[in-house]
Amino acid sequence: MTGRRTPPLLLAAGAAVALLALVPLAYVGTYVVVIGPVDLWHLVARPRIAELLRNTITLAAACMAATAVLGVALAFLVERTDLPGRRYWHGLLVAPLAVPAFVNGYAWVSLDRSVHGFAGAFGVVTLSYYPLVYLPVVAMLRRLDPALEESAWSLGHSRVRTFRSVVLPQLRPALLGGALLVGLHLLAEFGALSLLRFPTFTTAIYDQYGSTFNGAAATAMAGVLVLLCLVLLLADLRLRGDRRYARVGRGAARSVVPLSLGSWRAPALGALVVVVVLALGVPAYSLVKWLVVGTSTQFPVDDLTRALVATVVLALAGAVVTTLAAVPVVWLAVRHRGWASTLIERSTYVANALPGIVVGLALVVASLRLVPAVYQTATLLVAAYAILFLPRAVVTVRAGLEQAPAVLDDVAHSLGVGPLATARRVTLPLIAPSLGAGAALVFLAISTELTATLMLSPIGTRTLATEFWAASSELRYGAAAPYALLLVLVSIPATVLLMRTDGPAAQTQEVPA
Amino acid sequence: MSSLTITGVTKRFGATVAVDDVSLHVPNGSFTTVLGPSGCGKTTLLRLIAGFLLPESGTIAFGDTVVAGDGVRPMPPQTRRVGYVPQEGALFPHLDVAANIAFGLDKGARGSDRVAEMLDLVELPADFRSRRPDELSGGQQQRVALARSLAPKPAVVLLDEPFSSLDASLRDSTSRAVRRALEASNTTGVLVTHDQNEALSLADEVAVMRGGRLVQSAAPSEVYLSPSDPQVAEFVGRAVVLPGTASEARATCALGEVVLTEPTEGEVSLMIRPEQVFVDLARDEPGKAVGVRGTVEEVSYYGHDCAVQVRLDDGTSVLSRMSGVRHPAAGDTVHLRVTGLVRAYRPAGTP
Repeated sequence: MTGRRTPPLLLAAGAAVALLALVPLAYVGTYVVVIGPVDLWHLVARPRIAELLRNTITLAAACMAATAVLGVALAFLVERTDLPGRRYWHGLLVAPLAVPAFVNGYAWVSLDRSVHGFAGAFGVVTLSYYPLVYLPVVAMLRRLDPALEESAWSLGHSRVRTFRSVVLPQLRPALLGGALLVGLHLLAEFGALSLLRFPTFTTAIYDQYGSTFNGAAATAMAGVLVLLCLVLLLADLRLRGDRRYARVGRGAARSVVPLSLGSWRAPALGALVVVVVLALGVPAYSLVKWLVVGTSTQFPVDDLTRALVATVVLALAGAVVTTLAAVPVVWLAVRHRGWASTLIERSTYVANALPGIVVGLALVVASLRLVPAVYQTATLLVAAYAILFLPRAVVTVRAGLEQAPAVLDDVAHSLGVGPLATARRVTLPLIAPSLGAGAALVFLAISTELTATLMLSPIGTRTLATEFWAASSELRYGAAAPYALLLVLVSIPATVLLMRTDGPAAQTQEVPA
Repeated sequence: MSSLTITGVTKRFGATVAVDDVSLHVPNGSFTTVLGPSGCGKTTLLRLIAGFLLPESGTIAFGDTVVAGDGVRPMPPQTRRVGYVPQEGALFPHLDVAANIAFGLDKGARGSDRVAEMLDLVELPADFRSRRPDELSGGQQQRVALARSLAPKPAVVLLDEPFSSLDASLRDSTSRAVRRALEASNTTGVLVTHDQNEALSLADEVAVMRGGRLVQSAAPSEVYLSPSDPQVAEFVGRAVVLPGTASEARATCALGEVVLTEPTEGEVSLMIRPEQVFVDLARDEPGKAVGVRGTVEEVSYYGHDCAVQVRLDDGTSVLSRMSGVRHPAAGDTVHLRVTGLVRAYRPAGTP
């Protein structure tokens, strides 16, 4: 006889969710096994693949380095100096997150055709993704115990030396975690890189799929892409395992006395203005320009409304399904720890290494072979959303359930209340806010999802993202503008949510060590 | 309320035996503390009584009703009628005080004056009923947690180190209030703690656990004055344990001749409480001091009393506790003698 027994139904529900989450990986894995090493080698060892590999790795490395430098520098300016209007600068520096990268790409390309290739992709992607580093670094700087820096000063270290020897090592998890997140986002990025005409694995897979439906070549490339993502994810996991708490002492937290910029104030302000103008001003100007003066601008209210309704309906369905799917996974992980629960929870995190393009491809092939009836239905699309965004829902719901400790169940049982009534009267009210937050995050992510939606949406279903894509890829920039504006508006609440938390890394990537 | 009887209960976690063949009887309406160091199995024992864990062997009975045991279908926690007060109180954070207290009451009784009655019992003002848990101090939260556990009139109340997170002054007042509330409601109670002062001052009976086993169960004064072995003596309060040689009702040791609680013979370990070691301040009348001579090494002053560490001339180190009004200083020469009866322990394995 033992204590808490894992209910079989709960275990079955968790296992079903894990199996769904593993479909894309199983598809790629099965393919690799079936095709065999010789054919696989022929498909992979081609000059084209080498070029894509070079493009993808070079761009990812350059962007990760650039976002790391930019993110830390901006976070330091905002958090640790006497820069005027720091609060407002913080808002302005986070705001680019509300502009999906493909909208940003559109904004630049539509203004200046010369923005393309590696330089264009590097610039646009860096400006779109630096907040992924900036936000967690700011959060970490706020949490750092000022006593550590004060101790270093008292030992004779200068501000610069203290930053290098005391602060920077503690920022390492946030900094590297953010940079790895940039890498994962970049590997999955399709829209922006396609518009900027810089081929990577993701754009090439889509081209193969869209133009020739060359399943073998697309899947072989998907395999390489998944491998790249897994490398980054494993690096991230390893990094999080080493994470240390920032504050080591007790007592009230104080803020550090800000560094006086002195004569550097004007250049620092100038640098911030440049970043904000490039990351926010250019997309805003471009959008306004195409909305107001673009010759092809139209306001087809009916089409806009249809796309908005389709987006909202799909996002709502996806949010509800994904959040519900997260519940058994989280319940097992928090309340019934064990190897099975860990395996199930970790399975859902695999999606972190799966770009939308791979999930889309896998579900197209799997549905055609196994359940043709669901091919090109909303069901398949919602399943893809669930796979893609389960990690967000799991992380958020888990945070909520951790706040409802099992001892409250024990107390309720000791007061004569059975398991179901305890769930209704104690646990659900406590986790309701996190269920809501998880669903909201997933809703917002689905609203701007492009790649899987392009591949899987039922014929005739047009979302904001697909409508935007249809117009902008045909160079009808004015027609794309209203959809771009709506996509930005839809992204704003998620950005505000992220600003209030520890940053995007916490929201999307928090994998328990 | 009802009595609690635990018979031969064992609980393992993998290869670790957390509770090893424990038997304990808590009479109806009495209060027992289970005392032991961290990891001794006391919380596991409490969770077995509550039904959150099930024993491998042995039986647990409330009155005549066996709730878990060999060949008996275990009763789930929600039907055992136990009141459970965990560490930190664990109030439901989304409910106010009144809703917390009424949580275990039937729907019809939730609106009754039972909440006011319980608030009164735990000595909290009636206007606390609408407060949220985060508006209460640690001590107030513990009182509400007790009120919540008592509201459905449980058979037994189980308290799992409920005062450990409170600061010293709150701990005392809260534990007294809890004890009074349990007495007033005539409820059978079991408190687990690692705090010997708490265990001795609150309980009718103290059960001492070590390594999963129950090593002594007796009234607080008996556990303190006649601990079952030297390890219990050293865990329950400070003790000076010295080797000695016994002959009938007397024994000789580094502190001279002492009188034993019961006659014995041969080599023994003698357990002397520090307050039994009388310090004669030889500086007053150097020629007339009585006892074994030593030098004061360290004095820890607590106000009401002080602890004096003395190195005897033969090298033995002895602790004395004496009044804080008049005490020696480090380096003073003093004479020590033992007052009262001393407990002697024969070496393990000797009859």
